[in-house]
Amino acid sequence: MTRIRSAGLPLLGAVTALAIWWAGTVVFGIRPFFLPAPPDIVAAFRREPAYLLREAGSTVAVTVTGFGIAVVTGLLLAMVLTAWRALERATLPVLVALNSVPKVAVAPLLVVWLGFGAQPKIVLVVLICFFPVVVATMAGLTSTPVELSELSRSLSASVWQAYVKIRLPWALPQMFVGLKVGISLAVIGAVVAEINNPTGGLGAVIVLSGTSFDTPLAFAAIALLALLSTALFYLVAGLERLLVPWARAISG
Amino acid sequence: MIVVERVSRTFPARSGSVAALHEIDLTVAEGEFVAVIGRSGCGKSTLLRLIAGLLEPTSGTITVTGRAVRAPSREVALMQQQPALLPWRTALGNVLLPVEMARQPRAEGAVRARELLDAVGLAGFHHRHPYELSGGMQQRVALCRALIQRPRVLLMDEPFSALDALTREDMAAQLQALHLARPATTVFVTHSIQEAVLLADRVAVLSPRPGRVREVLTIDIPRPRSLGRSAALPAVAECVAHLHDVLAESGDD
Repeated sequence: MTRIRSAGLPLLGAVTALAIWWAGTVVFGIRPFFLPAPPDIVAAFRREPAYLLREAGSTVAVTVTGFGIAVVTGLLLAMVLTAWRALERATLPVLVALNSVPKVAVAPLLVVWLGFGAQPKIVLVVLICFFPVVVATMAGLTSTPVELSELSRSLSASVWQAYVKIRLPWALPQMFVGLKVGISLAVIGAVVAEINNPTGGLGAVIVLSGTSFDTPLAFAAIALLALLSTALFYLVAGLERLLVPWARAISG
Repeated sequence: MIVVERVSRTFPARSGSVAALHEIDLTVAEGEFVAVIGRSGCGKSTLLRLIAGLLEPTSGTITVTGRAVRAPSREVALMQQQPALLPWRTALGNVLLPVEMARQPRAEGAVRARELLDAVGLAGFHHRHPYELSGGMQQRVALCRALIQRPRVLLMDEPFSALDALTREDMAAQLQALHLARPATTVFVTHSIQEAVLLADRVAVLSPRPGRVREVLTIDIPRPRSLGRSAALPAVAECVAHLHDVLAESGDD
C-alpha cells in the first residue's frame, strides 16, 4: 500500500498537471505558436527525433565533461585549502569574489577567448558548478567531530591514516550535497552557453526554433532538457546511496 | 605504572588563564582500577587527557609504564564519553580500527574482535552498523575497540554517563568481569559514586577550581561486587556515605 502510494502519488500529480495544461490550451483556444499542448510537443519530437536526440547528446557531453572537470579540480582544491589554512585565508576571498560574478555574463567573453567549438561551453559549465563542489567538500572536511579526531590521535594514527580512514569518509555526505547542486547547475551552464553560441546542443535548438517560430519544437527541446537534468540528478543521488548508504541513516 | 607528579594545567581564557588542575599527585599500580570522581568542572577529564598524552601539562611530570608521556601511546587505550564509532563501519569494522591503525594483520585481530563482541553480549550484531544499535550497544562496541589491542593502560572518560540507569549497571558489571579476567591498569573518570564504589580499588576525589586531589579512598570490598547484592553491605554503605560527605565539602556551589 505504501509502495503504491509512494510511486503513485507523484505520478498522479504529474498527470494532473499535464491535464490542466492541455485543458487550458483547449478551453481558452490558445494557438500552438503561443503555448503548444502536450500532443503538439510530442508531434514536434516525432517529426525530427534523430536531430533532437543528437543535439541532446551534445548537451549531455558538454554537461558531463564540464561537471567531471569541476568535480575533480573542486575536490582537489578543497583538500588543498583545508590542509593549508594560510592558503585558504589568502584565496577564499578571491574565490568568493569570482563566484559572485554572474557566470552567464562571461559566456560571450568565453566565445571571444575560446572560439565557437565545445570549449567555451565546457568552461562555462566548469565555472558554474565548481564553487558549490569546493564549498561543500571543504565544509565536509572541516566538520570531523572532536571525539573522532581525538580517537584517531589516541590511536597514534598517521596523518594519512586519519585522513583516509576518518576525515575523508566523514566528508562524503556533505560532498554529495555539493555534487547534487553542481549537476543541476551544470545543465543550466551548458544551455546558457549553447544559447549564447548556438552551434549545437538543445540550447541551439531553442534559439533556432525561435527564429523559425516553431514553438512546439522549442518546447520539445525544453522537455528533453528537463528530463536530462532530472536523470543526471538522480544518477548522482543514486551514486550517493551506493557510496554512502549510512548518511541517510544517521541524518534520520 | 602511572605516576602523576605535581601536575598542573592551565588553559588560556579571555582574561589571563584558568587553572584546570593544580599540583595533582596520583599513582596507579599495575593492574589497579582507580576511579576519579568529582563535580563537573573539577578537571577530571583534563587529568585523563594528560595521562593519555592528548594534552601537555603546564608543569609537573607524568610517567606511564616507566616512560614520560609526550604523545599518545599504543599501550594506552582511551574510551570516551561518546561511542565515537565510524558510521560507515560495522561493529566488527569499528573494533578493528586500532588494529588497522597499527598496521597489524586484520585476520588475527578479527578473531579477537569477535571474541570481545561475544563477551559483551553482541554475538548477533557483528555486522550491524552503529545506527542499527542502541546507545548501550554502541558503547559496548567502543569498549571492545578500547580492549582489542590488549592495552596495558585503559583510560575511561565517563564512558557510561550517556546511558540509562539499567544499561549503566549492565555495562559496569561487564567491565568488572573483563577487568577481573585480564586486569589492565585502569583510570575511570565518573561522577557516579555508586559506579566508583562498585568498580574501583581506590577512589580519588577531586575538588574543583582548580582541580586538586581532595582524598584517595581505598575500597576494601571483596569482588565480584554487584549493585544488587553489595549495595546493602555495611562497608559499601559506609564508603558511599563517606564519598558523599567529601564531595559535599569539596563543592563550593
